[in-house]
Amino acid sequence: MKALSINALTKTYANGNRALKGIDLAVDVGDFCALLGPNGAGKTTAIGIITSLVNKSGGSVEIFGHDIDTELEAAKACIGLVPQEINLNLWEKVGNIVETQAGFYGLNRRLARSRSEKYLRALRLWDRRNDNARSLSGGMKRRLMIARALVHEPRLLILDEPTAGVDIEIRRSMWEFLREINAAGTTIILTTHYLEEAESLCRHVAIIDEGRIIEDAPMSAVLRKLQREVFVLTLARPLSEPPGLDGFDTSLRNAEELEVGIERDHDLNELFAQLNARGIGVISLRNKSNRLEELFMRLVENKQGNGVAET
Amino acid sequence: MNLSLNLVAIRTLVRKEVVRVMRIWVQTIVPPAITMTLYFIIFGNLIGRRIGSMDGFDYMQYIAPGLIMMSIITTSYGNVVSSFFGAKFGRHVEEMLVSPMSNSAIIIGHVAGGVLRGLAVGALVTVVALLFTDLRIEHPLITVTMVLLSSAVFALAGFINAVFAKKFDDISIVPTFVLTPLTYLGGVFYSISLLPEFWQTVSKANPILYMVNAFRYGILGTSDISVGHAYAIVLLFVVVLFSTCLYLMHRGVGIRE
Repeated sequence: MKALSINALTKTYANGNRALKGIDLAVDVGDFCALLGPNGAGKTTAIGIITSLVNKSGGSVEIFGHDIDTELEAAKACIGLVPQEINLNLWEKVGNIVETQAGFYGLNRRLARSRSEKYLRALRLWDRRNDNARSLSGGMKRRLMIARALVHEPRLLILDEPTAGVDIEIRRSMWEFLREINAAGTTIILTTHYLEEAESLCRHVAIIDEGRIIEDAPMSAVLRKLQREVFVLTLARPLSEPPGLDGFDTSLRNAEELEVGIERDHDLNELFAQLNARGIGVISLRNKSNRLEELFMRLVENKQGNGVAET
Repeated sequence: MNLSLNLVAIRTLVRKEVVRVMRIWVQTIVPPAITMTLYFIIFGNLIGRRIGSMDGFDYMQYIAPGLIMMSIITTSYGNVVSSFFGAKFGRHVEEMLVSPMSNSAIIIGHVAGGVLRGLAVGALVTVVALLFTDLRIEHPLITVTMVLLSSAVFALAGFINAVFAKKFDDISIVPTFVLTPLTYLGGVFYSISLLPEFWQTVSKANPILYMVNAFRYGILGTSDISVGHAYAIVLLFVVVLFSTCLYLMHRGVGIRE
């Protein structure tokens, strides 16, 4: 059984926009899956259909074996959703929002209260439980939506850009929290524009563009597809021109920073051996760009240039 | 359908509605009482003295049941339309839509919230009415059931209005152009026996006439129309409007793309 199984899913809006053109996707139980794509690619529509906020035009969706056409209530009971837009009742108290959501999932008041406390504490909002949601900061509202989505302890948690607009510290603490609940057995699907976030958290990646899945594979397999990486080396002493290195492309960003392009079949030891031989000291080294970001751009650009590579 | 889950969900939704109403009680409970007090003073006390009696009751007594019913149905309607449209507008309606609670539970929870607020306002207006006139309830069962059914009808109608509403203007159009005229022409202030036969027939197409008269029968024991007909019509409205709400929710009209 899969946590999520999507087959030939299509969606055409009333205005004729074909948001989904037949996507297939399977997410294993316990997986941490990234659903990536540019704006308007169809990610939010797909999530809307999975969570029954959007009516599908065709295809099928099963959540833990429950078809949303025939067992909608059972399917919904398995899902927790953290939507992209803030959809809190801003005039309601933080504690009430979470407890009410628990009630909508059939949790009695006592259990709703204890779960509310558990997740508000875990997301560092317990002290704000009696405040109206409108008084919370943007990051707190995002964390409140996560607490609300978790209060019925769903088997599948779907987060649509959960860290959009939150500062780095909160983002990192949210990552840690998501890792913990994934380790505890919750399957997670995440959409994000921060590809570093997807690379850091997810074991599986599906890339969607113009309503089609253009990549669907384990993260490690996707990253292996990168044939070339570019590193930026901070030099111990400034150079006036880039050194000629056999098998490596080099260029100077400025006198103290050297960019080196490395093909997959070359290793860094060889690079440092050549630099040593030329008496060039290196203080530090970093990737020029996020690897997943590079792959993502390449896939989207390839698709635009060569047609769609469907999977 | 998971019955126990839905019962918990309905209870949760009703509690949420009651908390919302009580949080802003100055806006939700008090204004209808003030409006009705003015009706009692102007129509009942000042003008009513010159009118004399109607159907054997002094005018203040005669209009009191209609004014109570008017406040109940407008409040029930207004509560549901503003609550559900507000949830749509703020998108927190999604809290219910993503949950496994059934469409029936969503409708029943909102209607129950509307009925409870209608009852609260009705009770307050009754207290105001008792300051101006004596009211003895002749038929308690009819009084109570007609209040509950009538407020349910308008709560359901408010739900349908909220489903179709796309902006705040849309939730005031029906109360202004439909509900208020029907209420004023629904026998609150007069007996339709005073009207020419043609207008009596036209008046009988107004469902509020049946609600007001059946409620007046429950309190005063007098009515322009058959109470049996009133029950039949009100029950028919409950069934038709509830079915319409269910259909709209099932299709996702106004709430799902």
